[in-house]
Amino acid sequence: MTSRFLPSVVRNHLAALRMLLVFTVITGIAYPLLVTGVAQAAFPDRANGSQVRQNGKTVGSSLLGQNFNLPKKNPDDPKEAAKPDPKWFQPRPSSAGDSGYDPTSSSASNLGPNSDDLVKSVKDRRAAVAAFDKVDPKDVPADAVTASGSGLDPDISPAYAYEQVERVARTRGLSAAVVRRLVAQHVQDRALGFLGEPRVNVIELNLALARLR
Amino acid sequence: MNDTLAGWLQVLALIGALALSYRPLGDYLARILTSAKHLRAERLIYRLGGVDGDADQRWIGYLRSVLAFSLVSVLFLYGFMRLQNHLLLSIGMQAVAPDLSFNTAVSFVTNTNWQSYSGESTMGHLVQMAGLAVQNFVSAAVGIAVVTALIRGFTRKKTDRVGNFWVDLTRIVLRVLLPLSFVLALVLVANGVIENFHAVHSISTIAGDSQSLTGGPVASQEAIKELGTNGGGFYNANSAHPFENPNAFTNWLEIYLLLVIGFALPRTFGRMVGDNRQGYAVVAVMGLIWAASVAVVTFNELHSVSSAAGHAAGGMMEGKEQRFGVWASALFAVSTTLTSCGAVDSFHDSYTPGGGGMTIFNMMLGEIAPGGTGSGLYGILVLAIVAVFIAGLMVGRTPEYLGKKLRGREIKFASLYILTTPAIVLVGSGIAMALPGERAAMANHGAHGFSEVLYAFTSAANNNGSAFAGLSANTVWYNTALGLAMLLGRFLPMVFVLALAGSLASQQPVPVTAGTLPTHRPQFVGLLTGVILIVVGLTYFPALALGPLAEGLQ
Repeated sequence: MTSRFLPSVVRNHLAALRMLLVFTVITGIAYPLLVTGVAQAAFPDRANGSQVRQNGKTVGSSLLGQNFNLPKKNPDDPKEAAKPDPKWFQPRPSSAGDSGYDPTSSSASNLGPNSDDLVKSVKDRRAAVAAFDKVDPKDVPADAVTASGSGLDPDISPAYAYEQVERVARTRGLSAAVVRRLVAQHVQDRALGFLGEPRVNVIELNLALARLR
Repeated sequence: MNDTLAGWLQVLALIGALALSYRPLGDYLARILTSAKHLRAERLIYRLGGVDGDADQRWIGYLRSVLAFSLVSVLFLYGFMRLQNHLLLSIGMQAVAPDLSFNTAVSFVTNTNWQSYSGESTMGHLVQMAGLAVQNFVSAAVGIAVVTALIRGFTRKKTDRVGNFWVDLTRIVLRVLLPLSFVLALVLVANGVIENFHAVHSISTIAGDSQSLTGGPVASQEAIKELGTNGGGFYNANSAHPFENPNAFTNWLEIYLLLVIGFALPRTFGRMVGDNRQGYAVVAVMGLIWAASVAVVTFNELHSVSSAAGHAAGGMMEGKEQRFGVWASALFAVSTTLTSCGAVDSFHDSYTPGGGGMTIFNMMLGEIAPGGTGSGLYGILVLAIVAVFIAGLMVGRTPEYLGKKLRGREIKFASLYILTTPAIVLVGSGIAMALPGERAAMANHGAHGFSEVLYAFTSAANNNGSAFAGLSANTVWYNTALGLAMLLGRFLPMVFVLALAGSLASQQPVPVTAGTLPTHRPQFVGLLTGVILIVVGLTYFPALALGPLAEGLQ
């Protein structure tokens, strides 16, 4: 072994490098490949992002929120503000990417608890939601006027879902009772009954809504 | 079920689960760290690595191995990121900029996992899994290895040997972190965390818009990210991202994982020093601080204390996910800032002044309740040494801890340890605030903006990695300054801890007498808690007064 003739500092670092490479192979290559192999065999749907389909086509993931906006008048105009489409249940405000719900740009607003910008946004959103859904501004719940941590939150509170029922039913020409029943079917209780908060998954709810006929 | 009851139940379930794993995990760690037998696979690793698995190192040799391994790791990761566009599975990501590569390499090697970048738009799959995730394993193991050497300082007598770094490192990775991560990664996948090698692909949404879906080996990284108190997210949104943390059960599991090793290590300590009561005393201090912090943050967030935005919205939901809500988010925030984890399931920048301020204070305590894997225990043992010393001063006799005398030499190392991090935090924040360009990186102005800068340096120097993320920290100045803060904040304390280990190991133990301060009674638990709050906490009081306290009182 030539290494015996090297100064101890060099020998020490050479051993460190060799150990790092060994651990890279074990924990950086073998481990993730093994997990991926088992995951793909045992839970392929989950491992691939819980994708949801409509008419045979993938239309997103049930874990990632989406925008439900009207088509832009001029799709090439970045300045044209997006307008929510009244025939869909609307998700929470999002700070992911310029137009929201961009999974390549997950983000929170990071505005402080006393930020003037945030207070103004909250008030504007409250007024906008109340006008859009024709409800009393006091009845708009907190999740409807605040952006989530990921900007990809697929859920809203049951309160916000019920608050949107009348408007969705009216726009679609459905009876409010039918839409309300659909929401009730989509309310998920806390995990194991006590973890987290009750919620309604907007993606699944809107997919079910599209299937109503 | 009503909100308050559900909230309490998730806290109690967490405490119950941690209590159940305290003995088995702590005992198991003690067993593998003291066993004389190598596994066949381990012998093979020593041969491939060219290290002697039967050597017993002096403290300085142990330190040299730690530093060599860390230096090589930084250089390797740096090169990896600089060259990623030429490698497999880069999924179109460009080479990472030099300052960002330096910052990120240091960040992952020091178990900080501060992220100046967004994972989904910067890192290819190969860098994530074979670069960053590898450091998630080994940096966690380095912390446990170093505390093991310190414990040997207490248990051994009249020797200059504190163990073998390579053996400790290998056993912790192979016998603890790897098997647990494997099982937990699969539990996460079963709940919706993704694990694939897809590149970004575009789909047409339900409303006819387009959306780009991301892929990646996320679950395998997520498991060790929490278990090793690393906290570096695959995605920018970290554990708030539904692909990293899809539901409230995975959220609870992730909190449990990031706490479990830290809370079990006092058992390992008690077992190795031959007196389990010593472990109970240490874990009691950790538990008290953690519980008090959970109460403070949860209360502030539930009642939107001193938050205009919270009152306008009717709840502190800005930066929080609906599936977690306030209780689970507060629990995560406290746990991640009292360990060196730094993963987040909600964004602390938008927390109330009291809640967000508490997360800063948690890190300032030095991350000892329960702290990062290994680093938390050595942090609190150093503070225990200081507490014993202060008690000794009160009664006027030479203090001793676990049969070892605390002489000038030991106290010097302990004091240096305690002074290092505050010095880095306060000097760093001071310089940043004095430079107009760096001050401008704040997203919020006034007291809250100052808190963003203070948070950044506190997080870096304590190797936490979470952020008041409004701060635009991806600049050459911040990447360099925070990189240096992470390096000094990790390795200077390690130097003092290992020196302390060597110094303690060389002593002949003194017999317990009637005058010896018992260190396993509630009296000592109270003393140690007091020392932590006064000695460490008060150091930062002026800085806290300018940030969260000023904001909360406005």
